[in-house]
Amino acid sequence: MELTSIRKGRDLFLYLTGEIDGHSVAPVRLQTDALIDDNAGISRAVFNLAGVKFMDSTGIGFLMGRYKKLSRYGIGMAIEAPDRNADKILSMSGIYTLVPKI
Amino acid sequence: MNKMQLKFLSRSENEVFARNVVAAFALPLEPTLSELSDVKTAVSEAVTNCIVHAYDGEEDWVIVECELEANKLHITVSDSGKGIEDISRALTPFYTSCPGEERSGMGFTIMQTFMDEFRVTSVLHEGTRVEMTKCFGGTAQADAR
Repeated sequence: MELTSIRKGRDLFLYLTGEIDGHSVAPVRLQTDALIDDNAGISRAVFNLAGVKFMDSTGIGFLMGRYKKLSRYGIGMAIEAPDRNADKILSMSGIYTLVPKI
Repeated sequence: MNKMQLKFLSRSENEVFARNVVAAFALPLEPTLSELSDVKTAVSEAVTNCIVHAYDGEEDWVIVECELEANKLHITVSDSGKGIEDISRALTPFYTSCPGEERSGMGFTIMQTFMDEFRVTSVLHEGTRVEMTKCFGGTAQADAR
């Protein structure tokens, strides 16, 4: 699992790639949180999941955790381009009621 | 009827190993990508439970057994860890015994939703056994064969 990011105006786009599970998530969580701290002035963080080839419920915990962190900064969050599997899991979790899919 | 058994240590890097082995074992049944993805996710959840909950981060054995029967894949994931005290509570969506660790509490719900059959049995201090079945080509087709 890897993370790259691009700042576009007041939006920060975070591109996740690879497989998200209980093993791979830890370093990316630290990296994402550091990135959020460095970009605390943005108005929205968009998590792009197009490159995610596999995700289990770890992905829900990871995205909900980032939602909580962003909320403390008053930053909005959105999810972009989940594949069918990721979308199925995220729909079940109810995260889309808090974080829109764009 | 083909069968296999896989035994590995409860280390988190074995989550990807276990789900990919099970997916490879199921390939002769010609699953769709979506079916295969369901199986991989369910296995990942079951194995993660062994690593995180059954053994609390200690290293011990996790056993995954698979059996192919017509168009069905039977999977059993078992551990000899601490066991589940209250199974119905553990099965409740969003319940987690580890709040504050960014755990979603959705593992069992995902296994139940993604697989056609699901059963969990557990004995305190002895271990937990998750049995799941996936029917490839849909359940209706499975019954017709």
